[in-house]
Amino acid sequence: MAEYSAFSLLKNALTGNKDWKPAWRKPDPKASYDVIVIGGGGHGLSTAYYLAKEHGITNVAVLEKGWLGSGNVGRNTTAVRSNYLLPQNTRFYEHSMKLWENLSHDLNYNVMFSQRGCLNLAHTPAQLDDYARRGNAMRHLGVDADLMSVDQIKRLVPALDVSGSARFPVLGGLMQRRAGSARHDAVAWGYARGADRRGVDIVENCEVTGFLRDGGRITGVSTTRGEIRAKKVALAVAGSTGRVMQLAGISHMPIESHVLQAFVSESLKPIIDTILTFGMGHFYISQSDKGGLVYGGDLDGYNSYAQRGSLPIVDEVMSEMVALFPGLARVRMLRSWGGVCDMTMDGSPIITTGPLPGMYLNCGWCYGGFKATPASGWCFAHTIAKDEPHEFNAPFTLDRFYRGLVIDDKGQGATPRLH
Amino acid sequence: MLITCPYCGPRDVIEFTYQGDGNRERPQPASQNLDAWNAYVYDRLNPAGDHNEIWQHSGGCRAHLRVVRNTLTHEVLSTAFARGGHKTESRS
Amino acid sequence: MSPRRTETGGRIDRLRTIRFTFDGAPYTGHAGDTLASALLANGVTLFGRSFKYHRPRGLLAAGVEEPNALVTVLRGEVREPNIAATMVEIYDGLVAVSQNRAPSLAWDIGALNQLGGKVLSAGFYYKTFMGPVIGPLKGTRFWMFCEHFIRRAAGLGKAGTAPDPARYERMNAFCDVLVVGSGPAGLMAAKAAADQGARVILADLEAHFGGSAHWSGETIDGVPAADWAQRTVGQLEGNDNVRLLPRTTVWGYYDGNTLAALERVTDHKETPAKGEPRQRYWAIRAGTVVLATGSFERPLIFPGNDRPGVMLAHAAERYAVEYGVLPGQRIALFTNNDSAYRSAVALKKAGAAVVAIVDVRGDVSNEMRRLASEAEAELLAGHAVVATEGGRALTGLKVQRFDATNGALSGDDRSIHADSLLMSGGWSPTIHLASQAGARAEWDPARQAFLPPRPTQRWIGAGAFTGSFSTAEAIAEGRAAGLQAAGGSASSAPLPIVEATPGDPDPAPVFEIKAKGKSFVDFQHDVTAEDVRLAHREGFVSVEHLKRYTTLGMATDQGKNSNVPGLAIMAEALGKPIPEVGTTRFRPPYTAVSIGSLAAERFGDLKPERLTPMHDWHIANGATMYSAGLWYRPMIYGLAGETVEQAYVREARATRESAGIVDVSTLGKIAVQGPDAAEFLDRVYTNMFSTLAVGKARYGLMLREDGLAFDDGTTWRLGEQDFLMTTTTANAGKVMQNLEYFLDVIWPELKVTVTSVTDEWAGAAIGGPKARAILFSCVTGTAVDNATLPFMGIVHGRIAGVPVMICRLSFSGEMAFEVYSGAGYGTRVWEALIEAGKPFGLVTYGLEALGTMRIEKGHVTGAEIDGRTTARDLHLDWMLSKKKPFIGSAMMDREGLISPDRLQLVGLISLDNRPFNGGAHIVEELDEANPHDSIGHITACCYSPALSKYIALALVKDGKARHGTRAFVSDPLRNRFGPIEIVSNHFYDPDGSRMHG
Repeated sequence: MAEYSAFSLLKNALTGNKDWKPAWRKPDPKASYDVIVIGGGGHGLSTAYYLAKEHGITNVAVLEKGWLGSGNVGRNTTAVRSNYLLPQNTRFYEHSMKLWENLSHDLNYNVMFSQRGCLNLAHTPAQLDDYARRGNAMRHLGVDADLMSVDQIKRLVPALDVSGSARFPVLGGLMQRRAGSARHDAVAWGYARGADRRGVDIVENCEVTGFLRDGGRITGVSTTRGEIRAKKVALAVAGSTGRVMQLAGISHMPIESHVLQAFVSESLKPIIDTILTFGMGHFYISQSDKGGLVYGGDLDGYNSYAQRGSLPIVDEVMSEMVALFPGLARVRMLRSWGGVCDMTMDGSPIITTGPLPGMYLNCGWCYGGFKATPASGWCFAHTIAKDEPHEFNAPFTLDRFYRGLVIDDKGQGATPRLH
Repeated sequence: MLITCPYCGPRDVIEFTYQGDGNRERPQPASQNLDAWNAYVYDRLNPAGDHNEIWQHSGGCRAHLRVVRNTLTHEVLSTAFARGGHKTESRS
Repeated sequence: MSPRRTETGGRIDRLRTIRFTFDGAPYTGHAGDTLASALLANGVTLFGRSFKYHRPRGLLAAGVEEPNALVTVLRGEVREPNIAATMVEIYDGLVAVSQNRAPSLAWDIGALNQLGGKVLSAGFYYKTFMGPVIGPLKGTRFWMFCEHFIRRAAGLGKAGTAPDPARYERMNAFCDVLVVGSGPAGLMAAKAAADQGARVILADLEAHFGGSAHWSGETIDGVPAADWAQRTVGQLEGNDNVRLLPRTTVWGYYDGNTLAALERVTDHKETPAKGEPRQRYWAIRAGTVVLATGSFERPLIFPGNDRPGVMLAHAAERYAVEYGVLPGQRIALFTNNDSAYRSAVALKKAGAAVVAIVDVRGDVSNEMRRLASEAEAELLAGHAVVATEGGRALTGLKVQRFDATNGALSGDDRSIHADSLLMSGGWSPTIHLASQAGARAEWDPARQAFLPPRPTQRWIGAGAFTGSFSTAEAIAEGRAAGLQAAGGSASSAPLPIVEATPGDPDPAPVFEIKAKGKSFVDFQHDVTAEDVRLAHREGFVSVEHLKRYTTLGMATDQGKNSNVPGLAIMAEALGKPIPEVGTTRFRPPYTAVSIGSLAAERFGDLKPERLTPMHDWHIANGATMYSAGLWYRPMIYGLAGETVEQAYVREARATRESAGIVDVSTLGKIAVQGPDAAEFLDRVYTNMFSTLAVGKARYGLMLREDGLAFDDGTTWRLGEQDFLMTTTTANAGKVMQNLEYFLDVIWPELKVTVTSVTDEWAGAAIGGPKARAILFSCVTGTAVDNATLPFMGIVHGRIAGVPVMICRLSFSGEMAFEVYSGAGYGTRVWEALIEAGKPFGLVTYGLEALGTMRIEKGHVTGAEIDGRTTARDLHLDWMLSKKKPFIGSAMMDREGLISPDRLQLVGLISLDNRPFNGGAHIVEELDEANPHDSIGHITACCYSPALSKYIALALVKDGKARHGTRAFVSDPLRNRFGPIEIVSNHFYDPDGSRMHG
């Protein structure tokens, strides 16, 4: 398949764009594979890509029940950052950041990762101290972080109300300049194309309906397109983890599926040139290349698989938006959507072998899964290939909860809706 | 989403606080069975379908309710006081 | 007279002239005009520029689906971008400007993008702009360089930064029947339901009720449909049980039959009346919803279909009949169905010349042939438009023979001179709300349209919404829906009689004419039919991939025009029927909703402010206030010229030397009462409370279920079954909720009630060597000596005649007392204490001094109980009772919670005599250039007047073992590095002799 480049674009334009080939094949599933990855979202596709690229394992199928990228990789607010408090998280997300920084070249697909920075606004002295703690923690792990003064913030985001007359005046902020945003769908498509080019079969409209077993061991899956055997079966199904694990006979998990809404405004000329988060509520906003303001807030706060949100959260998010940007009250919300988030008991993910023999589990991304996409696949591929975790994902076990080794960046304990 | 509180009647979801999986059983206070405690604190039934949940009417009478709700449609099938009694069936 | 204005007709008020400007040029229109109809009447053909190619665009539609004519409305400095000119009602002084063009709408530099042509095909940006792999532009740099220019070129209107001065309002409404849409179906439904006595709300997004009755040219019950509609509205207006909401878009269908609507209250007015909000946001809980939302006419896809002057047929009919404006003088129509024939007749009647009707169908019915003759139009059956001509306005079109069965063109093309081309590609029911309510639409091959799904919530459809496109059907279905929704039985009474133009509702299944040139599917986003086919070639064939890859349907009209044609083209490419390609699920909002309206009353007032009873006193006495959650608390009471540090050091020093007083009203206070209250507290706290004597208080610690520390505070035993629990300010709500949960869900057998009394009590803590003397001088009704009021003792007395409760407990480490009174008397007691303290040198102190003294004492607060620390980490393990189980006791000894490398609470002393910063980290080896290997962080810091040193509390790995060792503070964020000594967190008076006195 042809490399993408300005040259190939020009060449194809001259022939009326008739010669472009599918970005990935549409194969029928084979009877067996070395590895089956369940879930054709960002994490499943990147897992397949890195299995092939890093470990030479190419006899791989990615099974997707609907259309590729139909889950959270296409439903998020596209923020990429590694500004965590706890070192386990920071190390992992920083690895992801480094993969992001070269991802378009690696995939030969422009995922439009734009490092426009992520700024967390602080509104009380105590919050500034919290952010300083986090920023310093990042700096001690070699990750960039800076505190910004109110004047610097005002220059960066002129539309922001930093005034003392605001209910929560801005006192400063924590900036990670290497953070940014990317084109979410392109990440799924780029990984799919990259995996496909290395021989991975990507099978859409193929829903897993059960697991094949040999004794206690998982040996494959039954699907709407027949039985498929595999030496190793890896799950990367995010919000559907509970459902798929149930098929394997595991009814209880340290996970709740919650719905998170996101919003986009009508397209505007550039007005916000960074990712901004509000400190006295839960609100984050950036502006896409097309000009839409992309923003969101809190979870709806109850178990849901419905991908549909409730009205009170809409009101809450919009109220927070105009508290920060009183000039944007006349801008209009154009679209809203909901994604199903696999919320864990400590807000951190799970990438591990097991819990059944022959099974590998990748889940618990809460609402931070998009930025993790490269490292998640990279670490999961390592775990599948080597049958043991890489040091980056070694802390993200399933048994950490029971052993008291939680990685609780927000300190909220076992209440998923608060993470 | 509307939840029918047995005291207060049908009220908007904004008045309620979700307290999660209502199937969990807390071990006896003196229990030393760590597996049981771990299961209670960390493990959740997370069905795609009818779900037995605890909600608090925190913006109302503050009673805790046992609510059966469908997680695919958000339809509330029944509500009752968590303490027992006063079950209300509601189908839309 | 405007060049395009008809002599008579329409519902505009020709006697009232309205003056407005567009792009700075003055125009006039009439009352009742939209900006679109008024500009059209003035001969304006160019309304906007498209998103990608910046192509010149005119009006496509007359209603809410308009994709091209987007403008920014200005009110002074305040900008409202991206408003469809078709939805702007003109008023005197209206200022509107066009968008996405530079320097002007007529001459737009961005139009150069059209030269990019095929290079700028769908998804081209995924294939390029990646830049070099090495060198200075490696990584993301080259893309970000390119992106800078792409972002400037993209975007539509420009948002303002001036705060919007408007007010927004929210209404919660309840009704038995909500009728959405006020065409004949909606009006009949509302009338039928209202007649049954139901509480009815009728909402329509247009300014006037009536929908198609305004322009259909039909008669109902012998009168023009518009008159019938007006009469019906008049009947509804008189009903107490009916609320009419014009200019109100029902935009969201949420769970529990809750619908969200936006009423544009004053957007059409030059000056709002006193008290009127700009917009009103309605949250409507409806028993049943009648969806009578009508349908949208679809464009046809053919080369040049985006040229200014090409318009939807019904839109032209609306402009002519409703507004008295002709879209052109020489009009041609292009259709795949019968409805355009009615449009042709209407335009002829309004005074235009209809030069041709081009119909893709070879076999046109005799009835339609008769209508074509009536319009005096040449009928070109079995023909298709293959090109349009003109620049910023249409001058003509080309047609060719067309075979609708296989899409083949044949014969020579023929030119037709026309200044307006009207197209009709069939009709799509407006099913958005039904889809939002939670079900999938169903394809009807006869109607060539997606019809509403079976209801998953309580709604009933009526009229064109259901695919019943005739007015007679709409009236019948509307009445039936209204009756059913109101719980009435079906009626056999005669229905209003409709006289309408005949026509078959089923179009020919023709969506696209494949000829040379760009054929637009999504007008605003410049997605062409060829882009859809490119998506197919590249494998983006599912409807969602198509949408995301090409951006089809993602423009401000949200696919209202492009959705079905785009699917049809993809279906053809795939060789599959349309329903197998699928349809996207519609999500809120139906049309874009202003963000200010959704904030409503919370715009400018996000969160409530919590103020203590003594708040005004603090302000009046020079306190600098500090925001703590929703509360405001004094930070310092600074004297003129003092820095914050000077102020708190003075306050803390004075407290330790004589006495100080601080407002502690924000502490959470919970009354725990009942026969089992003591037992309950034993289960909740890690330490014993059942052994606490009446009249005594005890410091208590709570854990979470997972064994980590949760909250701390003192609880006072006021009676055998009566406790007053205090919590930290931050956790008051969480603790309350937790107690309620355990009592209601886990231990319902316990006879205990808990009541939040935070706001009932005002609290003042007075401490220092002179504190007792001050109390002695002002408290009546009780002694306060050591015997009567020992450490942790409680007495009841009066201050300034006000009953007070005094507990001797200390956060500052001094001999100290907390004085509680009823909140309403808080200031009186506070002032009395201050008056009594004057001779003793009593000072008021704020949170900074409070923090300083607690750091000196090594007490913990939320900075240390941060949800990640255990009792052991904080050296509070002495509080973990071994005699009883308590919340968290079973979980607190798990391996991760007792491992030696956990962060533990320590004290730090600055060895370079420089201040610390909160959030600084601790390292064993200093490396300013590349800081690494943090062993912990500072949670709180201050200058200690008691030690005359800068000190801090910190959480440090294996901290207890490090007492007496040296390390470094490493704070790269603020460039503060230096040596420290790690010590015990108990800096000051570790044996507590001062507070025990």
